[in-house]
This record gives sequence, C-alpha cells and structure tokens, in this order.
Amino acid sequence: MIDLGPHAVFIVWAYLGVAMTVAALVGWTLYDARSTARRLAELEARAPRRAAR
Amino acid sequence: MTALRAMLGRELRLALRGGGDVLTLVLFFIITGAIVAFAVGPDSVLLARIAPGMVWVAAFLAMLLGLDRLFRPDHEDGALILLRQAELPLSAAIAAKVMVHWLVSALPLILASPLLALQLAMDGETFWRMVASLLVGTPALAAFGAVGAAVTVSIRGGGLIAPILIAPLSIPVLIFGVGSITASQSSAALLFLAALSLMAVSLAPFAAALAISSAED
Amino acid sequence: MSIDTTPKQSWWSRIAHPGQFVAWTSPLLWPLTILTAVLFIIGLWFAFFNSPADYQMGDTVRIMYVHVPNAWLSQFVYGVMTVSALGTLVWRHPMADVSMKAAAPLGAMFTALALFTGALWGRPTWGTFWEWDGRMTSTLVLLFIYLGIVALWRAFDDQLRAARIIAVFTLVGAINIPIIKFSVDWWSTLHQPASVFRADGPTMPGSILTPLFVMFFAFTFLFLTLHLKAMHTEVKRRRVMGLQRRMAQGDAA
Repeated sequence: MIDLGPHAVFIVWAYLGVAMTVAALVGWTLYDARSTARRLAELEARAPRRAAR
Repeated sequence: MTALRAMLGRELRLALRGGGDVLTLVLFFIITGAIVAFAVGPDSVLLARIAPGMVWVAAFLAMLLGLDRLFRPDHEDGALILLRQAELPLSAAIAAKVMVHWLVSALPLILASPLLALQLAMDGETFWRMVASLLVGTPALAAFGAVGAAVTVSIRGGGLIAPILIAPLSIPVLIFGVGSITASQSSAALLFLAALSLMAVSLAPFAAALAISSAED
Repeated sequence: MSIDTTPKQSWWSRIAHPGQFVAWTSPLLWPLTILTAVLFIIGLWFAFFNSPADYQMGDTVRIMYVHVPNAWLSQFVYGVMTVSALGTLVWRHPMADVSMKAAAPLGAMFTALALFTGALWGRPTWGTFWEWDGRMTSTLVLLFIYLGIVALWRAFDDQLRAARIIAVFTLVGAINIPIIKFSVDWWSTLHQPASVFRADGPTMPGSILTPLFVMFFAFTFLFLTLHLKAMHTEVKRRRVMGLQRRMAQGDAA
C-alpha cells in the first residue's frame, strides 16, 4: 500500500464509506429483485390458469 | 370572468366563515416571534440582527398551517371533481384558490407584522423594507404551497408530507426575502424576489391543475 | 405474394410492453455489470497506484475520484427522472413510470455520497467538514428534494396514479433547481470556482484527469446497471400487485 500522507484517515474513510454504501445499494437491489421474483413465482404457481397468457 | 369572480367569492366566503382560522394563524405568527425572543434572550441588538430571518421563518411556517384546507375539503366532498367538469378551466379555479389563500393567510400576517417587528426590536427603516419584501415574496410561498397541496391531496394523511416537499422549493424565496431586507444589494434581491413570485404564481396553477386532474382520474 | 400484416412497431412502442422490456434488456445486464466492475478496477488502480499527489492538496486529491463522479450522478439522475417524467406525462409511456420510481432512491443515495465525500474532502483542505457554501448547500437541497420524492412514492397506494402526480412534482423541481442553485450562489459567494470544465479547457494535469474520467464512467455505469435491475424488479412488483389484487377479487366473488 502506498503512503497516503498526513490525511490518510480522511481518504480511507471516504473510500470505505462509498464502498459500503455502494455495496449496500447493490445488495439491496439484488435482495429486492430476488424476493420479488420469488413472490411472483409463488403467486403464479398458486394461480396458474390466470397467469398463463 | 363571472365564473372566476364567483369562484373567488365562494373561496373567500368559505375561508372567512370559520373566522377563527385567520385569527389562529396570526396568533401563531406572533407567538413564534415571542418564542424566538425567549429562546435567544432579551438582547435587543442580537434580536434586531436576526429579526428579518425570523420574520420570514415565522411567515413560512404560518403559511404551511393553512395549506391543508386549500384542496382537502373540496377533495373530500367531491367539489374538485365538479370543478374539473366546469366550464372554467381547472387552472383558473386553482388560481382563484391561490389568490384567496394569499388573502386569508399572508395578508393578515403582513398586517400583524408591526407587532412582530416590535417584539424583535426592529428599527423603522428595516420594518418598511420587511413589509415590502413580505408583500412581494409571500405570493410565491402561496403558489408553491398550492403545488405541494395539490400533489398530496389524494394521500390520506398527506398533510404531513406537503411541508417536506415545499420546503426545498421555498428556499430561494427565503433567501431573497431576507436578502431584500438585510443585504447590501437589497434592491437586486427584491427584484429577484418579484421575478420569482411572478413566475411561481403564473406557473403553479397549471402544475397544480395537472396534479389534481391526475389524482382524480 | 404475401402481405405482411403485422403492424410495424418502433422500438419505442415495443419496449412499452413491460414484459417485452424485461425480455429485451435482460441480456444487457451481465455485460453492464462486467463493464462496471472492470472500470472500477482500472479506476481504483489509477486512483491509488498510478496517479501522483497534487502539489497543493497532497494525497487528499484522491478523494476527488469518488467525490466528483457522485456529484455528477446526483444531477444526472435527476435529469433521468425529469426525462422519464416527461415520458409519463406526454406519452404515458409505462416504462417511464418505472424508470422514474427506480431512479429516485438511487439518486438520493448518490447525492448523500457526494455530500459525505465532500465533507471528508473539505476537512483537510478547508479545515471544516461543513461549509454553507453554494455548491454544498444546493447539493443538500437536492438531497431534500430526492427524499421528498421517495417519501411521496411510499405514501401512495395506487402506483399508476402516483406516477403522474410525482411526474408533475419532479418537473416542478427540475424548473426550480436552477433557481435554487442561483439563489444559493448569490447567498454565499465563498467557494473555489469550478475547475474541471472551464472555458479555457481543463486546468488539471492528465495524470489526475485519467483516473477521474475512468471513475466517472465507472460510477455512471454502476448507476445504469442498478437502474436497469431496479426497473426489472419494479415491473415484477407491479405484476405481483396485480396478481394479488385479482386473487383477492376472486376470493371475494
């Protein structure tokens, strides 16, 4: 790792904060996609006649 | 034109029938000024310095109070649907509502502002500049308020969300409003404030009408 | 000779069908994800190992590589929402509703990140986390507008009706943002002038511009990927809600 100078704390925290937020955003997007897809599959399994178009 | 006049008359009569509302608003405005004095302390130099900002904050908050009665009663009793069918364009009806909203919730504040100026140790010259800036700036607050109220009219309990929507939009009004009292370029600020008011008042009825006709589909 | 009787559809109306939209754009997701990841790896490598410290700001210049892309996205996402709002109001394009709803929380997040990195950049360079200067203040106001729009989406039950109303508010906000920017600048004149895009060309050396541009594209593609994925989810969520409503009606009958 390179030397970041006297303000290393700020740089590291800036990158860490952005990384954590982006990770949370990606995670939430994926979780939302999965759970919605699962609920859709469940509902379509329960009402196959209506879902088939 | 007669339709517009009838609309104005209807709104005024409805707003003034419960005369308590206007009085409550004025009381709220005055009490806010007293609370500022209690919170900051009786230092008249300090009070005089923050007075222009505090008057605008009090006026902004007081105008938020009356917002919920702008469209909600008409939405609940179905009058808004009738207004959509009327020959008078909905935007004109809303313009009438905005005018009356200004008459019953901004004009009383301006009339009561001498009391606030007295509480906050404002001097004579500042007082007249404050009256001018309130007169020029409050129409913009009324117009933004109408947009916020129109957007939230079909939400149950939407009275709480409207202030959150309106506050960011109102920031330029507050900046130029206070600026036209205190800043070194106060006449420029007053002109900006006038431009903002004219633009807001002329565009807001159309935006509000669009929101309301989408809500009542 | 047979006559082709199927109506000619433009891509515009073809993507108007939510199912078609998902089917058409799903193959884009993986390439977009890979492109974003590659751009981030290159950008981070440049940012930490292959760019010099600024002679004035020292190593804190490295915060710029995450701050500027987020600040750009905070405005770009609002632009996307404004175009979508026009699509909703003018053409009643169903995908415009979905795009508007999916973009709002993303925009709020990027704006919050711009403020966060800006504060961490400001502490070593100006000596304060928060300064009520023009750019930071108008970004804060933008965050308030985003949060208001997110709150508005959550307040409505009927999402189809909500879309048109929120589109009106988004456009009102779009008209107001330049005014807010102007008023806030007038209010406070303490700030360094914009230094990336100036009339006389960029004043930064290439060694700093390269990581900046790579990170800029990395974050933009990150937004595009997440936006597309969130739009697919929103389409599915609407189908879930529709099915639930129909089942409830079936139960009642």
